[in-house]
Amino acid sequence: MTFTPENLATAREIIAQYPKTKSAILPLAHLAQDQDGWLTTEAMEEIAGLVGVEPAEVQGTCSFYTMFKRDPVGKLLVSVCTNVTCLVTGGPEVLEHLQAKYLTDGEVTIEEVECLAACGGAPAMQVNYEFHEHLTPESADALVEQYKSGALQARTISGAPVPVDTKGRL
Amino acid sequence: MVAETRIITKRMHERADDSWTMEGALAAGAYQSLDKSLKMTPAAIRDEVSAAGLRGRGGAGFPTGVKWGFIPEHLAPRYLVINADEGEPSTFKDRMLVERDPHQLIEGIITAAFAIDCHLTFIYLRGEFALGYDRLMQAIKDAKAKGYLGKNILGTGFDLEIVVHRGAGAYICGEETALIESLEGERGMPRLRPPFPAIAGVYAKPTIVNNVETISTVPHIISMGGAEYAKLGVNKSTGTRLFSVSGHVNKPGNYEVELGMTFRQLIDDLAGGVRNNGSVKFFIPGGASSQWLTGSDEHLDAPLDMDFVQQTFGVMLGSGAVMVYDQTTNPVLVAWRLAKFFAHESCGKCTPCREGTGWLEKVLYRMSHGLGRPEDLDMLLDVGDNISPGLNAPFSQTTICPLGPSSVSAVVSLNNFFRDEVIAMCTNTPETTGAAL
Repeated sequence: MTFTPENLATAREIIAQYPKTKSAILPLAHLAQDQDGWLTTEAMEEIAGLVGVEPAEVQGTCSFYTMFKRDPVGKLLVSVCTNVTCLVTGGPEVLEHLQAKYLTDGEVTIEEVECLAACGGAPAMQVNYEFHEHLTPESADALVEQYKSGALQARTISGAPVPVDTKGRL
Repeated sequence: MVAETRIITKRMHERADDSWTMEGALAAGAYQSLDKSLKMTPAAIRDEVSAAGLRGRGGAGFPTGVKWGFIPEHLAPRYLVINADEGEPSTFKDRMLVERDPHQLIEGIITAAFAIDCHLTFIYLRGEFALGYDRLMQAIKDAKAKGYLGKNILGTGFDLEIVVHRGAGAYICGEETALIESLEGERGMPRLRPPFPAIAGVYAKPTIVNNVETISTVPHIISMGGAEYAKLGVNKSTGTRLFSVSGHVNKPGNYEVELGMTFRQLIDDLAGGVRNNGSVKFFIPGGASSQWLTGSDEHLDAPLDMDFVQQTFGVMLGSGAVMVYDQTTNPVLVAWRLAKFFAHESCGKCTPCREGTGWLEKVLYRMSHGLGRPEDLDMLLDVGDNISPGLNAPFSQTTICPLGPSSVSAVVSLNNFFRDEVIAMCTNTPETTGAAL
């Protein structure tokens, strides 16, 4: 999907911050992902036009970064750390539990990620890039449910605070 | 009992509930150092930072004042880039500094930018730090409103803008040349040096890349005076540093301590000792890239001195992450998870790292999951030798950046300290007896 008029204006403000337009690829990809829920081919083509490069260059850049989801994901992206501190404090158990529980839930995507810089509160995870620490499989599960029910308000899929023009998606 | 020495964490402790707001920061003394620094000459600021003995807090420990001095006189514009892409496993200090005291970072940026005659600063913030991004953006907006940023800062005629650039999940972008590539909208793949960023960095212009903690220290050096700051610490490791202690300790967390304290004091007195009254089997002293140390008295009583640990044990204080493992830990499992990390984060530019990290991960996986072979450890050392010839610290490398050699540290440590245990674990497994078939 192409940028809404409001997001297009934001995109132009972002581009104007940089001495060279190509620098805006990462922030624009975040913006597009926030709007659409994932990073579509169409969005990458539009970004290419806005910053003045070929679409292949935008795809080449975006495919390098794990935060850019080039396939649809759930409304809630749960990123569970299993790196070396979480490894020995229960991270893998949290991951396994959530993966099993939400295997067929289209609203929730569970992913294993590398160190989130939350080792003081290991094991840790993020839900749409909001940190949650000192987890057990049960408490992690309860948190995801709170986001699902709306008791906790989730950020956008790329981690922006909620008032972003997401077309009512969240 | 030893205690913390709070310099860069002082404000966030004093105003625990609102240290990230303009009101809280000002009440705790933020921006006062600018009265002094913006009246100094750029050269005098550099001298003060050099006199303080400030060394980069990101991992390499390079003298900050010397780095600033590398910018050629006649070249402009210059860029200052703050490396806030904290991703080194078990390091969580920069995230805290950004989330809890963004104004301290901005204050440091203003002085550092003034010292190198820079008018546009980029903060390359790790993409996952959503809260940090919110607080940083608010802090920049508030600082602008107060006249600390923008045109003619505090009437001095100095102009400065800050752009926060969010990353998107790539550890390699913490390496300064990969970070610059990423900032330019490219894949984060390191550049060959020379030219060094100070000569040709962002947009091929002179660029200084400094870590968050390094720049957060600058206001205090200006306020205290470089000579006074240098009285803290030990030898050429001056001042304080933040250590992120995690793993099997009772009170994991960030501790700001005067350099020269011992690992034992850090782990036992500050981090509350090993859980369940256990003992340290091994610890990783400076982030995942460092080689390991063990629970021996010789290692635990070593001082937090960058040069001492490097020269004596071949390990580094690196990013200040101290991961502690108790006697129940399987070191091969930890080594496997680290190898998995490096294999995932290898950018793929250099063959020894792209291929080597993958093989380390695969072989360590079978070793840590009961399917090892007795000869595996020696084979890993051979693979490692292709990435980091000689397997000695400081790293030699067949790659452009240090990521590849970093992946070998765990294997070398297994061989140094746990060779018998590893080989025993890899003997008579289903893999060697044929039962796996």
